[in-house]
Amino acid sequence: MNYKRLTILCGHYGSGKTNIAVNMALDLAAQRDNVAVADLDIVNPYFRSKDSEAEFKEHGIRLICSDFASSNVDLPSMPADLYSITDDKSLSVILDIGGDDRGAYALGRLRDAIRDEDDYEMLMVVNKFRPLTPDAPSTIEVMREIEWACGIPFTGIINNSNLASETSADDVLGSEAYAGEVSRLSGLPLVLTTVEDRLYDELKDKISPLFRLKLQAKPV
Amino acid sequence: MADKILMKGNEAIAAAAIKAGCMHYFGYPITPQTEIAAYMAKVMPKIGGTFLQAESEIAAINMVYGVASAGKRVMTSSSSPGVSLKGEGLSYLAGSDLPALIVNVQRGGPGLGGIQPSQSDYFQSTRGGGHGDYHMIVLAPASVQEMAELTVKGFELADTYRMTAMILADGTMGQMMEPVSIEDLEVKPAPEKPWATTGTKMAREHNIVNSLSLVPEELEELNFKRYDRYKVIEENETMYEEYMVDDADIVIAAFGIAARVSKNAVDEARKLGIKVGLIRPITLWPFPKAPFKKAAEHAKAFLSVELNMGQMIEDVQLAIESKCPVTLCNRAGGMIPDPAQVLNAIKEINGGIA
Repeated sequence: MNYKRLTILCGHYGSGKTNIAVNMALDLAAQRDNVAVADLDIVNPYFRSKDSEAEFKEHGIRLICSDFASSNVDLPSMPADLYSITDDKSLSVILDIGGDDRGAYALGRLRDAIRDEDDYEMLMVVNKFRPLTPDAPSTIEVMREIEWACGIPFTGIINNSNLASETSADDVLGSEAYAGEVSRLSGLPLVLTTVEDRLYDELKDKISPLFRLKLQAKPV
Repeated sequence: MADKILMKGNEAIAAAAIKAGCMHYFGYPITPQTEIAAYMAKVMPKIGGTFLQAESEIAAINMVYGVASAGKRVMTSSSSPGVSLKGEGLSYLAGSDLPALIVNVQRGGPGLGGIQPSQSDYFQSTRGGGHGDYHMIVLAPASVQEMAELTVKGFELADTYRMTAMILADGTMGQMMEPVSIEDLEVKPAPEKPWATTGTKMAREHNIVNSLSLVPEELEELNFKRYDRYKVIEENETMYEEYMVDDADIVIAAFGIAARVSKNAVDEARKLGIKVGLIRPITLWPFPKAPFKKAAEHAKAFLSVELNMGQMIEDVQLAIESKCPVTLCNRAGGMIPDPAQVLNAIKEINGGIA
């Protein structure tokens, strides 16, 4: 993928944004120096980019994140170094935004700087197997709510349709029509389809572009 | 079979409640169950139902009391500290013989504790939670699909026996995502509720729903009758899952996420030639005493695996009438035991009984 300076991942909560953010950061760090992940989730205290902190460190990726993420301090807090994202133009940043419009409010704080600089992609992560976004119209509704909350228009779609460990190649292939419809209704390109490791080889000749996800599973 | 969708346990509870005909939800946000309220807030207005974020947990449980009195299926949800606040309301529901579904997605305690998963409200829920002599039916799911199925079951049992049912999940169950089928859930129609306060239409006497009794003899009689009903439930409604118990020397007792962890440990121990089995209570009240009593005929030791300081272990000891030793394997305060810890506990017991 050709990354802009800022890659912003938004979507319905549970759509897979954090997994994609972590994988994109690793992908980007293989291409460039000065890569950062910004975990701006103010909604969910669990399943955060911060959970991959050790792996980021190993690859020289900076983590911009609230000190309270993944702790017992259940507060909607922002990172102390939030403005590095927009002030430090030498950084390439993957932004992991909280789910739905409620999560996207946090991004609104950076709206003017992001729009003025105009070197960003804002990608809507969609999963047709999530209960409240089963079809294109309901997905578009969530998109509009997110745009309204953060004041930044989307630039593309990522199809991350999956049923976790039960996802089959056919599930992913079948979801392409849905993602295409989201793309048609929104007038935005389908930038990527993402699949977990085990399905990548089976699908790489059938879907393009296809992005391989190494899952950041939480041990339970 | 209908198509599966990918849901959090919390969402599955909300979707299943709606599928079960619950059109009224009252709650107050608290981690790790807030997705239930969020789902209800999105969906209820679209289907003509009620979503109301109350000013407190106490207000929410009393709104539940109101809807239950009118004979409609109703639910509230919270997490440990919030359920404590509901305690008075739970007792009033019991004292008024009202059916309702209460969801507790537990977090570490006591006090405000933390937001990580826990099972430390076992005593609170199986012994009542509020004041007075009463029980709730307590259901402990161990998968997202079961979160949905037991929600439906909870409404049905509550209506059948005119009492509150509780889903006692832990934070893991609420937050984890698994494929689930909501469409396929079977829902029996709700029974007639001739006692409900739905208006006399000038055709009958007033129905009165109340937990205050002015005559002690009558209150005693009510308590006796209620406990007769509990006996029927104990006889007919226990649910549990057994895994490799038949020839087991060591039997693990575990529910919810602890049972999933324990199942892995059973598989590992079996590979080492240790005969271990697992009994997973699905109803925590009524506690499934019978399979434990039966297992105690051949087992040499029991192991209670819990996310608390040892609460269910007492019910295990009672169920096996202290025939053999019961050891505790636990984590607390929001921590989860891993299969290796459980396997170590199994090995230690095995060393002692070999």
